[in-house]
Amino acid sequence: MSARLRENRLIVRTPEGVVFALPLAGPLTRFLAWLVDCGIVLAAQSALSGFLPLMGVIGADMGTAVAILLFFALNMGYGLAAEWFWRGQTVGKRLLGLRVMDAGGLRLQFSQIALRNLLRAVDILPGLYLAGGLACVLSSRAQRLGDLAANTVVVRGDRAGDIELPATVSGKYNSLRAWPHLEARLRQLVTPQEAGAALAALLRRNTLDPDARVRVFAAFAARFREKVPFPEEATFGLSDEALVRNVLDSLRGRAD
Amino acid sequence: MIVDIQRFLAAESPHWDELSAMLDRIDRDPAAPLPLEEARRFHYLYQRASTGLARLAGFPPDHPARRRLEPLVARAYAEAHSARAAGRRFRPLVWFFAEFPRTFRRRAAAFWVSLGVTLAGVLFGGLALYADQESKRVLMPFSHLMQDPAQRVQEEETAEEHRLDGGHGSFAAYLMTHNIRVSVTAMAFGLLFGLGSVVLLFYNGVMLGAVAADYILAGQTAFLAGWLLPHGSVEIPAILLAGQAGLVLGGALLGGGSPDPVRARLRAAAPDIVTLVGGVAVMLVWAGIVESFFSQYHEPVVPYWLKITFGAGELLLLTVFLAAAGRAGEGRA
Repeated sequence: MSARLRENRLIVRTPEGVVFALPLAGPLTRFLAWLVDCGIVLAAQSALSGFLPLMGVIGADMGTAVAILLFFALNMGYGLAAEWFWRGQTVGKRLLGLRVMDAGGLRLQFSQIALRNLLRAVDILPGLYLAGGLACVLSSRAQRLGDLAANTVVVRGDRAGDIELPATVSGKYNSLRAWPHLEARLRQLVTPQEAGAALAALLRRNTLDPDARVRVFAAFAARFREKVPFPEEATFGLSDEALVRNVLDSLRGRAD
Repeated sequence: MIVDIQRFLAAESPHWDELSAMLDRIDRDPAAPLPLEEARRFHYLYQRASTGLARLAGFPPDHPARRRLEPLVARAYAEAHSARAAGRRFRPLVWFFAEFPRTFRRRAAAFWVSLGVTLAGVLFGGLALYADQESKRVLMPFSHLMQDPAQRVQEEETAEEHRLDGGHGSFAAYLMTHNIRVSVTAMAFGLLFGLGSVVLLFYNGVMLGAVAADYILAGQTAFLAGWLLPHGSVEIPAILLAGQAGLVLGGALLGGGSPDPVRARLRAAAPDIVTLVGGVAVMLVWAGIVESFFSQYHEPVVPYWLKITFGAGELLLLTVFLAAAGRAGEGRA
């Protein structure tokens, strides 16, 4: 197993030879998550303060003692407990889609969570997490000092939900179907990388700026035309985007 | 190689959903045993998802299929390749009475360094105060220690009402939380290759040495021993152990001739550091209670011989505990 960084992503190569990449969280996102967590702790402290008068029933002294211990436990234990029970997440991290994980992709151990939280004592110095923030900026894995010692990283993107692949490719009339020899040539000449890139562009087409959308699909269409010259009847009246969609539909016939 | 992504997704998604549901179940109760059949099924699903991810290698990283499958394979990989022992239920008594002393002994070299640095500080502080009484203000930056020892002893022994009456609980809580914070800091400063912990231990030793010299020179040795020993016999070793944890951290960073890379050294040291700090926290809870409810009472309320015997007994018990507890299972640990 090996893990390395490339383009702000943690790349893990498993013993089975499979490679997966996880995007690393940057200092700003992490800072925002920390602010949310600070808010949670402050809110919890304020709620506890509301109960302080009730603690008077066990005596003023013991009530104060319990309050001191509760505040302490909340400050020291919130991050630790949340990250342990929520598998690397606090409320702030959950809201911002962040997760702490082992830098080698392995299961997060309690000692790692405890160490990274205890070492906040150094990361926070001289104030406002300056030491930790600086380390995060300088580190190739965006790790604060506690992460470096505990061998942890913070990754972006919580568990992804279901994949929404709309009928971008199928379910529509495909003029290329009438030309099976061209479809065969497409399957022979178009690489999986090209097909994957074209599909990704189709899936994201609604997020593209109109001009960019036209340019992107013009480039794909030109690429496919270059590989397989289509007769005019096959592409008459088709926009570049529709041509790309038809090409991908035709490629579906190829065996996995 | 995949071109018909939708057919691929239609065929694979049910398996990914099953794997995801299985991982969720494991997440909910990591300590629950995984039956053999279920483990086999998990392994099959993990391999199938891994193969799927390998087949998606030609697709861009932000492709929705990869965005779904990569975190899933990452979770399954972590589960498949991490030791199941990690999921064992935490048993606090076994941890404190066996694992903690074993860890202390395993990292004893760091403790001796911690003790040596503190003793050097004690010697320095004591000698500095002996040589220059004016250095008291610098060596002991606490206003309540600026007072003349003899005067303080007289005030404490003649007081009709104790200053902490009605405030023992909150004082104990303050002491616990403050000392635990100091201990965590002593450990955390080990990140500076152990140097930060050394400086804190030495400084702590200097203050201790100066206070001891101040009271001894004033002829108040019995008061000093009766005041410090009941809680100090646990609190001072706790600080030493926190320093030990910091030195273990610093040692893992420095390497000290170890052929392992720094990440492997830190991975090996992390559980020991956390165990030591956890043990220190427990010790400081006890020390806080003793300091607030017992140490602050002096003669004639509590005779010094009793306080000194109590403190010496605690120190003896602590020594035996750290030296011998958990030895029975040491070979298996």
